[in-house]
Amino acid sequence: MSEPSRVEVPLLNMQVAEQSRRAPAPMVAKAPAGIRRFLHTQTSGAVADRAFGGLMLTCALSILAIVVLIVVMLLDQSKLSLHAFGLKFFFRTAWDPVSGDFGALPFIYGTLVTSFLALCIAVPLALCVAIFIMEISPAFLRTPIAFLTELLAAIPSVVYGLWAIFVLVPMMRDHLGPFLAKYFGWTGLFGGSNFGEGFLTAGIILSIMILPVISSITREVMGAVPISQKEAALALGATRWEMIRMSVLRNSRIGIVGAVILGLGRALGETMAVTMVIGNNPQISHSLFAPGHTLASVIANEFTEATGDLYLSALIEIGLALFLVTIVVNSIARLLVWAVTRGKPVAAH
Amino acid sequence: MTQIRPSRSNASIRQATNHIVTAISILSTIVVLVPLIAILFYLIYKGASSLNLAFFTHTPKPVGESGGGMANSIVGSSLVLLVASLMGIPIGIAGGVYLSEYGSGTWMGAIIRFTADVLNGVPSIVMGIAGYALIVVHQHHFSALAGGVTLSIMMIPTVTRTTEEMLRTVPNSLREAAYGLGVPRWRTVLSISLRSAAPGIITGCMLAFARVAGETAPLLFTAFGSNFWPHSLNEPIAALPLQIFVYALSPYDEWHRLAWAGSLVLITLIMLSVGLVRYVTSRGQLKGGM
Repeated sequence: MSEPSRVEVPLLNMQVAEQSRRAPAPMVAKAPAGIRRFLHTQTSGAVADRAFGGLMLTCALSILAIVVLIVVMLLDQSKLSLHAFGLKFFFRTAWDPVSGDFGALPFIYGTLVTSFLALCIAVPLALCVAIFIMEISPAFLRTPIAFLTELLAAIPSVVYGLWAIFVLVPMMRDHLGPFLAKYFGWTGLFGGSNFGEGFLTAGIILSIMILPVISSITREVMGAVPISQKEAALALGATRWEMIRMSVLRNSRIGIVGAVILGLGRALGETMAVTMVIGNNPQISHSLFAPGHTLASVIANEFTEATGDLYLSALIEIGLALFLVTIVVNSIARLLVWAVTRGKPVAAH
Repeated sequence: MTQIRPSRSNASIRQATNHIVTAISILSTIVVLVPLIAILFYLIYKGASSLNLAFFTHTPKPVGESGGGMANSIVGSSLVLLVASLMGIPIGIAGGVYLSEYGSGTWMGAIIRFTADVLNGVPSIVMGIAGYALIVVHQHHFSALAGGVTLSIMMIPTVTRTTEEMLRTVPNSLREAAYGLGVPRWRTVLSISLRSAAPGIITGCMLAFARVAGETAPLLFTAFGSNFWPHSLNEPIAALPLQIFVYALSPYDEWHRLAWAGSLVLITLIMLSVGLVRYVTSRGQLKGGM
């Protein structure tokens, strides 16, 4: 912060304060006399201070209370299933509401497969976009492209789902799917019948959704690399790519890993778009064309029609598991990003 | 420190690598922008062709009858979001004030900051279950109130963290000037810190609002949806994202059309509200509007 702005800002604000006193702010002016006297009183300052601080603390503590309450409530609501299946719940493949036999393995499998696919597609692309915006793009393109990728993040999940149903699924069924089956069928990943809905389609729509997250944090981390590092590489005769590799990528690799994990956290919990295109079938199949289910999609799909307490409590237990997993994943990611941007130089000359 | 050494002896190979990488990154950027433009194109193309006056004035018609609109969903969404904002924004701002003005540097502040970040990353579907377990189970029925409270819980951490970040940018000399004039601390927070940071805080609130405005998953088991005009906050209520979800999965072309129109309206409303507030705050008209 430079010296002049330090001087100017208080002056500006004192003017504002002055104006508001002369042409009084409506709230204070129109308040009843009692309240006005209270607002202007000086003797009750200590009491008011303590009351105000207490109010702020209460609101801040409510965040803590909410998280604790959520955990307690989810534990309470899922205790039927916790008692019936124990930890084995997460290793059983059965999902039979009629006979009351539940296991979460197919959903864990679906979540892992779709998130992994999404990362495989999104991470290289997001890195390239971040490099392009930060290092390669001409200055006039930088803001529009950054804005457009941020726009991707503002589109609601359900709109992605709508687009996927009517554009991505037919494309998958008629063009991309047959192509993959023909040329990559030998891998065994693209066997079976292809209806357009399945793990691969869900993975693709997820990758589009997590890309802006990864790319914007990667940009932030790359921006924290001191310019002197880049100039040093260029001065020693490095080409632009060598400069990016040696100065930018090497200095920001921990933050990039954090960005990827943050994207993973988003992919694990993403619900609506996945529910709309994954095909909804609680089965483990090795083909990426096969319909499946994720932890989030099974809750969205079956919660309102769950009959019987055990069924409902099994679904809530899945929610509890999702809650705990995303907390762990997000905490790791935040730590990594924080580790990099914390030491951000104030002014890199 | 990295030892700078030419990775290949041949300069032309190094130049070629440089060009190839540049080409790859330009190509990837184009690949990323294609789906975005495709989504926006489809929204406008399909949505605009299905929009008409009935969409904004009528409730949904039963299957088979043409026409009908989503007027009740638009009203329902507004009501739910109003409840969410009335609850979430004041609590969120107060939490941010605590983190920046009272609890910075304390272990309590650190715990609350970390919890807010954790709450921020919780998947929306889990929030839906939480809302169900916290409110619907005890009320024994779905309600607009439950939906609003669930969304407000999602708003609080976002608002708290942006408020804190914005208050940190207020120079300390301002606060000291107020203290020096004998202004009590609470009055300094309200009239100096919050007022100086108001544009940033308002933008933060709008972003939190825009984020929950498009949420569907938290409303599935709380607001539940309805085909009628809302009568009270204590009954199931329609919401735009919910209605889009239901119509998108239906087998009827007429409903698909409405889903596209609904999506276009939803995105337009979100973009408009964010854009408007950003424009107003950037022109400085809301400065001191606390």
